[in-house]
Amino acid sequence: MLEIKNLHAAVEGTEILKGIDLTVRDGEVHAVMGPNGSGKSTLARVLAGQEAYVVTQGQVLFNGQDLLEMDPEERAREGVFMAFQYPVEIPGVSNTYFLKAALNAVRKHRGLLEMDALEFLTMVRQKMKLVQMEETLLNRPVNEGFSGGEKKRNEIFHMAVLEPSLCILDETDSGLDIDALRIVADGVNALRSKDRSFLVITHYQRLLNYIVPDYVHVLVDGRFVRSGGKELALELEEKGYSWLENLAAAPVGA
Amino acid sequence: MQTQTDTIEQFATQDYKFGFVTDVEQDIFPPGLSEDVIRALSAKKEEPEWMLEWRLKAYRHWLTMAEPTWANIHYSPIDYQSIAYYAGPKPKGSGPKSLDEVDPEILATYEKLGIPLRERELLAGVAVDAVFDSVSVATTFKAKLAEVGIIFCSFSEAVRNHPDLIQQYLGSVVPYSDNFFATLNSAVFSDGSFVYVPKGVRCPMELSTYFRINALNTGQFERTLIIADEGAYVSYLEGCTAPMRDENQLHAAVVELVALKDATIKYSTVQNWYPGDEHGKGGIYNFVTKRGKCDGANAKISWTQVETGSAITWKYPSVILKGDNSVGEFYSVALTKGYQQADTGTKMIHIGKNTKSTIVSKGISAGHGQNTYRGQVKILKGADNARNFSQCDSMLIGDQCGAHTFPYIDVQNPLARMEHEATTSKIGEDQIFYCNQRGIATEDAVSMIVNGFCKEVFRELPMEFAVEAQKLLAINLEGSVG
Repeated sequence: MLEIKNLHAAVEGTEILKGIDLTVRDGEVHAVMGPNGSGKSTLARVLAGQEAYVVTQGQVLFNGQDLLEMDPEERAREGVFMAFQYPVEIPGVSNTYFLKAALNAVRKHRGLLEMDALEFLTMVRQKMKLVQMEETLLNRPVNEGFSGGEKKRNEIFHMAVLEPSLCILDETDSGLDIDALRIVADGVNALRSKDRSFLVITHYQRLLNYIVPDYVHVLVDGRFVRSGGKELALELEEKGYSWLENLAAAPVGA
Repeated sequence: MQTQTDTIEQFATQDYKFGFVTDVEQDIFPPGLSEDVIRALSAKKEEPEWMLEWRLKAYRHWLTMAEPTWANIHYSPIDYQSIAYYAGPKPKGSGPKSLDEVDPEILATYEKLGIPLRERELLAGVAVDAVFDSVSVATTFKAKLAEVGIIFCSFSEAVRNHPDLIQQYLGSVVPYSDNFFATLNSAVFSDGSFVYVPKGVRCPMELSTYFRINALNTGQFERTLIIADEGAYVSYLEGCTAPMRDENQLHAAVVELVALKDATIKYSTVQNWYPGDEHGKGGIYNFVTKRGKCDGANAKISWTQVETGSAITWKYPSVILKGDNSVGEFYSVALTKGYQQADTGTKMIHIGKNTKSTIVSKGISAGHGQNTYRGQVKILKGADNARNFSQCDSMLIGDQCGAHTFPYIDVQNPLARMEHEATTSKIGEDQIFYCNQRGIATEDAVSMIVNGFCKEVFRELPMEFAVEAQKLLAINLEGSVG
């Protein structure tokens, strides 16, 4: 699914990612953890193609294709989805209208017919149940006036509708209370399948109690300093990031 | 970063799609303005003496006036002696009596613009008066409208056939001495549309005028007068385009609306005059005076404008709320890109009791565009319980453009209620990236974001026009990702 080789990336001339290697196979869930400023969100945004993040070295293959050559919208249409840490508001554009435009762009790319309004609405209603979203949020402008929890749920809802193959969750747990966290996690778990992979980026172990990963990687100063199974997250929770920060100077093969 | 900048640059440099010139035989005055020119113009139009006198009165007053400088616009001085004050397609015989007599080149022009004048091809429910340079070339559905007593004709025709109505209402809302550009128009206006909807009649179709400037170095000075008698209703649409030329061309129009007791006039404009090239060369100078008067209880006047063209727009469609319980509305979208400048807004003058006005203004600036909202709300002593709601929102695309807001509020009655809201936002890269990340291309994202921003105004437009306006905005914001 995803193969990252020696990825280096910079923001405004400062190198943030200093050589990332990662392989994600179909159906796997990988967690990327790390202290603030370690480069977690940079990794997510580089993969999604945000322009301010410049790749200076390395390669990323997505289903064998050069991901870095694609525009952000091409990546999305190919099946890369990023749930934003701070979902963006678009005043005056209803959530349904936005999502229909997005879905039809994706479907067109995949050689499918555009969905008509009725078909779309039936499908959307079904997907809303996944994240227990209220129907009123469909007709409100995208994310405008949504609570923090509603915004995050809306991201997972978009994900459910667009059916991507690689889902990147960029600190989706931040700012959520425990109930909202559970709803979001339930939505994600319902979307897990053998041909859909997840990259779950988080600061806290808490989310991983609900979305149980296959692998955990610890990012410190732009490099993976340790990788392991789900128990690594618990160990990290216990010992704190300082335990691994010393290792950052001498990189290990992740 | 780079792609973003490229896209924004393309917004500023996209092509104007209506810039062609029609090759018709022109009857054109040499440039220059004097009493003799006005006499010749009046004679050309076979006007009665009173009309000529009114023009001359205006001209003499204009000579004493100075061009206003208070607007937030900058342009090289206009030489009023270098403009030709009349240009018209040369009539074959004594002017077209029916569509069959209109020069086929002109019919073809309107078709190219998407305004077929042959009635059988028209959208059902829209009657059109087509003004080509200084002359109204065709008015459709006249007979059908006459059945219910509605008069819809060119202004020149109205001067000849309905002198009583013209003498009663001409200048009753915008007096000949009103302002520099309106006074100039009063002296030299060439043609325009006239509408009278009799008592209690609801106009069965949308009426519209389509203005086209074609000739070189001419000014267009049309004048429109719409009267809705007691209890009448009319919805009127106005559209405009011009060829691409390196020279600036002056357009100084006047529109007067009179809504009597219980009458409603809805006036919608989609203005797409040539805006000039990407370096700011050429384009229309659009200095327009539009004003309506609610002259009776429960009258309502609603202005909706979508301004995407012109190098300079100077325009303040206003409402005088004289009748008790009368209602004035102004909904505006103004887009400036390239080097376009717009100084536009409204005046709401509350005179009657329980009068109510609503102002919703959406300014969008891209490229080097400068967009100014200027609005006045005046509540006079007798206007008990007057209410105003104003909302002025600005959107910036890129970092070379500007948005400015000048609200003037004058309240002389303690019972008045005013609300004013203003916001400025930027189409963020984050918004575009968010759309991209969901699979939506940048061009579609910008169009979607801008249309969302303008939604409150677009929903005020008649259906077909709303679709046109959205398309127009999308075309104006077009630019593939570089």
